Amino acid sequence: MRESPAGEHAHPTAGVYLRVAAVLVILTVIEVGVFYVPAFHPVLVPTLLFLSALKFTLVVMFYMHLKMDSRFFTFLFGGPLLLAFVMTMGLMFLFGAFVLKK
Amino acid sequence: MTTSLGLDNRKMAFWAFIGSECLLFASLISTYLIYKGRSVVGPYPHEILNIPFTSVSTFDLLMSSLMMVLALAAVQRGDLKWAKMWLFLTALLGMFFLAGQVYEFTSFVHEGLTLQRNLFGATFFVLTGTHGAHVTVGVIWLLTLWWRALRGKLGKGNALTVEICGLYWHFVDVVWIVIFTVVYLIQ
Repeated sequence: MRESPAGEHAHPTAGVYLRVAAVLVILTVIEVGVFYVPAFHPVLVPTLLFLSALKFTLVVMFYMHLKMDSRFFTFLFGGPLLLAFVMTMGLMFLFGAFVLKK
Repeated sequence: MTTSLGLDNRKMAFWAFIGSECLLFASLISTYLIYKGRSVVGPYPHEILNIPFTSVSTFDLLMSSLMMVLALAAVQRGDLKWAKMWLFLTALLGMFFLAGQVYEFTSFVHEGLTLQRNLFGATFFVLTGTHGAHVTVGVIWLLTLWWRALRGKLGKGNALTVEICGLYWHFVDVVWIVIFTVVYLIQ
């Protein structure tokens, strides 16, 4: 059985994995730091969502190898992920989570 | 076996499965967000969630993902000694995470937050409990691979088997990245 079929490329080296891990740890420290610093509270939600999305992308691209693997895998994952995001937004809209408080 | 696209059928099927898991967790996260702030009795999230403790759990899971990719790299180069080590450490960190979750759930129940107590309790336990169940499956899977490696039955030719287990483990990690932000940090 072939373990590296067409469309898939060499995986990153251990050095790349370690650098990604370091970035993930730094981003987590920033996330927790932002949570505790009152000055960030007006922009807390967008900042945390951005940092979380960054961590998510790093893991998916480098640890799950979507950056190197076939684009079809990206489609198989990205399609449902997009659908999941739209569904979440739709449900929150329908159930009044985005209603502005007076 | 490869598909007509030239891709391995097991890997393709597993990515499709991960796609379906995205929708499962999105429905649970949506439910949590919809009912957020609608509990009529306490305990409320800001009274009970322990951010320093959960930050350590998050760090633990991130490190387990690192161990997982190092295990895969070791298997790919045929280094069984390090593959065994990294696989075991990945499973061990997974078990630490689960132990932390058991401690967290127990302390919450002692503080009065149960599945039936309020909307926060119901949605929180279902979401994090489902994630914990996925981590449990991952730990069992990892220990199975580690056992195979101990018996010398996990060689370079099984790299794809380890990679697919890794895909599952990293998916569990990315789901936690979202839960940590949405549930714990954005209160």
